[in-house]
This record gives sequence, structure tokens and C-alpha cells, in this order.
Amino acid sequence: MTNQATDTDPLIIAGRVFSSRLIIGTGKYKDYAENAAAAEASGAEIVTVAVRRVNLSDPSAPMLVDYVSPEKYTFLPNTAGCFTGEDAVRTLRLAREAGGWSLVKLEVLGDEKTLYPNMPETLRAAELLINDGFEVMVYCSDDPIMARELEDIGCCAIMPLGAPIGSGLGIQNPVNIRLIVEQAKVPVLVDAGVGTASDAAVAMELGCDGVLMNTAIAEAKDPLQMARAMRHAVIAGRQAYLAGRMAKRLYADPSSPLAGLI
Amino acid sequence: MFEDMAGETKSGEEAHKAMKITVNGEDRCFDAPLSIAGLLTSLGIAGGKVAIERNLEIVPKSAYDTIGLSDGDRIEIVHFIGGGA
Repeated sequence: MTNQATDTDPLIIAGRVFSSRLIIGTGKYKDYAENAAAAEASGAEIVTVAVRRVNLSDPSAPMLVDYVSPEKYTFLPNTAGCFTGEDAVRTLRLAREAGGWSLVKLEVLGDEKTLYPNMPETLRAAELLINDGFEVMVYCSDDPIMARELEDIGCCAIMPLGAPIGSGLGIQNPVNIRLIVEQAKVPVLVDAGVGTASDAAVAMELGCDGVLMNTAIAEAKDPLQMARAMRHAVIAGRQAYLAGRMAKRLYADPSSPLAGLI
Repeated sequence: MFEDMAGETKSGEEAHKAMKITVNGEDRCFDAPLSIAGLLTSLGIAGGKVAIERNLEIVPKSAYDTIGLSDGDRIEIVHFIGGGA
């Protein structure tokens, strides 16, 4: 890979070109105004959104789209909260009708405590969605074999977890993330588990094409400051990856020449 | 698969009668005839930002004016909200 500056190193997902490699969620913020400010500060071009029932008792309540505009951001409808393939497919079909977008994030959960993905259901739902014309970015376990199967059936991005959703534990299995990156021909994004800027940089230094996060920004004491930090961390990690890090040595190696020493 | 037709019309002669329609899980009464567009108006919901399912089938926006509701219909009205990873 050549050493490129960020602006000439776009992220391409399903033929769409993005200059930011950071995708952020829109949950858990104090309000939509803070959410919009954090999105702006993060430099993200894609935001994940959820599909839920309209509140009938207060239909004039503030709406996400009034603050975070789908004209400005690529909305990535997700299936957070779905535990079966059918629920996920139903949710995304509604999302496509509401917004008209076919690029979606599939996540089928298997367990309420860990929010770990149910991979057999995820594979099944991904196949249903792809056959229905969706472009599927898929949240998955960090198992390279599962990742390969998802790619083989036609998912447009593979998104293994770095750690459980909302845990902020950082990249727990860098070896597996790297194995997935090395074999994949579609973009690989770490989705979930990032807690702070260095975690995002680690994901990018492993060669990931991007990072998706929500809680790390929304639950920071100062979400805007953290959004800016994440923007820089993703860029720094990407540039370090492209630059190619130095080899590690066990012993010291002086930085100043020894020749001419007095 | 997940096409459950349990909400199909039970009686065809419901014109100008009260209909019970389940909207987002809540039972509500409306006067027939009522279109999807009419339902949205009576609920105070702008149609542009939502998606609608009638008895588990998506209703295209282009059909909001033409599709009439029947007694026992189950309607889901959804929209985008903040949500994360």
C-alpha cells in the first residue's frame, strides 16, 4: 500500500466514497442538539440510526432528522435490539421505506447481557437482505471464519466487535481483528468496544478501514471534546498504518550517531 | 415466514361504523372509511418522515391515500431515532 495523505485515501463502501473513516452512533446523547454537535465535531459522514415506533401521545416531540440531517450525513439504519433474523429484516425494510436507503447495518443479537452477535441468525438475515437488494454492513464476532462467510455471501463491509457493545474495553482480540483485515477484500470496521482515542488508533493501526462507535463519545464527560479526539485518533491510526511502523527491538538503539563522539 | 395475516378484515360491511385499529400496539377506535393518510392526519403525524406497516406488510408512501383501513387492522408507524452500535 502506498503512503497517502488522508484526503487522497478515501473509504469506499459499496461504491460510496467517504473521506472520514469514523462512523458514529446517535444514541445515548443528552439531547439531539448535543448529538448534532458531536457529529459535527467528529467529522463523521455516516451516522447509525435506529428504527422505532412513533410516540403517539406526543407526535410533535423533537425528531432526530430535524437535528442530524440525512441531507448532510449518510444515514445507516441499524437493527440494534433485534434478536432474530426476521426482526432484523422487517426493521430494515421499514427503514428503507422511511428513508429510501439500501445501505444498512445488520446486527442480530444473541444475548442481552453481552449483546454478543448471534452469528447463525446474522448469516441467515444477511442472505435474506442481500437477496432483497440491500447493501449490508454487518456487525459480527471477531471470528475470521464467520467474517469470511459473511463476505462470501456478499456483505459490503465486515464489522467485528472490538469488545462488547457499550463496554469501552478497547480491542480485546487484536490478533483476530488483524486476521480478518488480512483476508478481507471488503472494508473492515471495528464496531463496538472502543472506549477512548487510543482504542480507535489501535483499531486503525491494525489495518481496519474504519471504526464505528457511539458510547465512547456519548458517555464522555465532554462528548464534543471526545468527538474531536476520536476524529484525530482515527486519522492518526490510519496514517501510522500506512506509514508502516518501525520494527520492535529488545534493546536500545541510539538516535544520535556514535561517529564523531567526543 | 413472517407474513401473519391474523389482522385481515373480518367483516366487509364496516362502512361508517366504528373500527378498532391497533396502532403501535394501542387499540384505538376510528370511523370508517379511513385511509392511511387520514389516520396519520388524525394522529397528528407528518407522513414524510415515517414508514408504515399494515398487518406486517409495508405500505408504500404512494398508497397512503388509496389504502383503506379495516376493522382489526394492526398498524405500525415507525421513524428514525437516535441509536448506536
